[in-house]
Amino acid sequence: MKFSLKAIDDALEQFYGARWRRELAREQREREDLFMLMIYSESLGIPNPVSWHTLELRGVMLEEFHEWHRRQGLEKSPLDNFRCC
Amino acid sequence: MNAIALMLIGLGAFALGYLFYSRFIAAHIYALDDSRPTPAHELADGVDYVATNRFVLWGHHFTSVAGAAPIVGPAIAVIWGWLPAFIWVVVGTIFIAGVHDFGAIWASIRNKARSVGALTGSLVGRRAQSLFMIVIFLLLLMVNAVFAVVIAGLFVSFPESVIPAWSAIVVALILGQLIYRRLIGLTLLSIIGVAVLYLMIWVGQFVPVALPDQAVGLGANAQWIVILFVYAAIASLLPVWVLLQPRDYINGLQLFIGLGLIFAAVLVANPQVVAPAINPNVPPGTPPLIPLLFVTIACGAISGFHGLVSSGTTSKQLDRESDARFVGYFGAVGEGSLALAAIIATTAGFATLGEWEALYTAFGSGGVNAFVEGGATIMQSGYGLPMAVGTTLLAVMAVLFAATTMDTGIRLQRYIIQEWGQIHDLDWLRGKAISTLVAVGACLALAFGAGGLDGTGGLVIWPLFGTTNQLLAALTLLVVTLMVVRLGKPPWFTLVPMIGLLIMTVAALLMQLIQFYGDADWFLLSLDILVLIAAIAVVLEVAGALTRSMRSHTSEDQAQ
Repeated sequence: MKFSLKAIDDALEQFYGARWRRELAREQREREDLFMLMIYSESLGIPNPVSWHTLELRGVMLEEFHEWHRRQGLEKSPLDNFRCC
Repeated sequence: MNAIALMLIGLGAFALGYLFYSRFIAAHIYALDDSRPTPAHELADGVDYVATNRFVLWGHHFTSVAGAAPIVGPAIAVIWGWLPAFIWVVVGTIFIAGVHDFGAIWASIRNKARSVGALTGSLVGRRAQSLFMIVIFLLLLMVNAVFAVVIAGLFVSFPESVIPAWSAIVVALILGQLIYRRLIGLTLLSIIGVAVLYLMIWVGQFVPVALPDQAVGLGANAQWIVILFVYAAIASLLPVWVLLQPRDYINGLQLFIGLGLIFAAVLVANPQVVAPAINPNVPPGTPPLIPLLFVTIACGAISGFHGLVSSGTTSKQLDRESDARFVGYFGAVGEGSLALAAIIATTAGFATLGEWEALYTAFGSGGVNAFVEGGATIMQSGYGLPMAVGTTLLAVMAVLFAATTMDTGIRLQRYIIQEWGQIHDLDWLRGKAISTLVAVGACLALAFGAGGLDGTGGLVIWPLFGTTNQLLAALTLLVVTLMVVRLGKPPWFTLVPMIGLLIMTVAALLMQLIQFYGDADWFLLSLDILVLIAAIAVVLEVAGALTRSMRSHTSEDQAQ
């Protein structure tokens, strides 16, 4: 019983997600772009009162940095202190 | 005629079509091959391209394509008698809709899951692709306008449905939050959600809501239309997971329950079809059966809109090529059975022929109301569901279908407008708010222009919606045919339906042109001319593309 309920749950979960997966990914990306801007805002010259706290997130977000600056229409890294590509 | 017999003949024919005809098409025309990896595997990215279990995918595909249209179309078309509508739904589903939906998925998976619109661009040409976009925009415009008119009509005729229909939004909002937070399993949540929805339907019968007959110079119908568009604009701007996703989901569940309830009631009640097989005395002003029947019932017999879903999201999630037959063809069969339920409810749900004729007093007037009342009567005699609950249930079902389509439709229109803003460097048009306003404004103008203001002739625009839908289907069938020709397979199974569709569409447009001119309805006349121009352009594209490909496919075969 437990197993079959889990199976139904999974199927419904897929049914729930299937149609809007793309839309959701797009929206998530938009939010993450904004988040990225907040994290790197100090380096871009925008004062950010919580930059002390966002500093340690830079390393976490670094992997996505390249795709982010490309999405913002910047061929190269906009930051002076480190280069991307 | 006995309704059970009608139901069994219809469903039996669908079953034969699925078992034999679709298998033949799969093996000999589309030449499905499970050893070819589908885009869901080849391009897997966890977002768009995800291999999905075929039953789940079918459920998703079916609920995306099924809506209010397969109910409204047949409900209007039985004015000519049940037989023509029945034959067209059965034959159309088996030989046209099934092949079309299945073919759109197939054409897409053989081309990296690109949409039919994009395929039109590469297989037929740039001009055809622009034409495709214009037809889609016209279609969305009409869908939104016509569904707003349908919902407003239902709210005015069945004021008990107002509270449950709007509370479905609240249910969806809460469901969305709960699913997002993953507090309990989805099965339990779904059961609770559906139960609350049906509880509200039961509550609804005690609290009918009617808008004032006249307010700010608008009748009750027009007030509802304005309210609906305000709602649709807001809904289309919200993040999808907040409202649209849970709303679609619960609607999908509701669709299966509703279909089950109607067919079960027919089985138990065994009503007689009171409407004539072929109506000898149609109300004055009813257009001729041929060609109007073929555009009045679009969804449920053949609908171009399905091609968009098939090649848009479904094809990216197909696990194996052979699943295309189940998902596409059987999806069309599901839609056909919804149309079948609508035909039975609108023709067998009345005690006498007089009662039936009292509803069908003019073309486009009986429609959904007949479906609601007829269906409720059958459910009452079937398992004693009180009439008031039955009518509310079916009215809410129709409202919810139409409303979710509107939400999505406005959203899609917004994307197209934003894209135009981008192409033509109009920055102001790219904002979310402005583009939504433009979309809603256009729909509102159409809804009012087509007779929604007085609340009487709102559905005169329905056949025009049907023609646009068929044009889109013809374009999709053209793409599929071209691919079949390239494979060196016989093109007749897609070519013949396409030519038939085009002939009926153009004939219907010309016929309506004369009618609108006679009625001095300049708004609809110009809309008709617009669609007619698009239709002629489609015919020219089709003729050109077919001649080109027939001439060159032998040489291409040798090259391959």
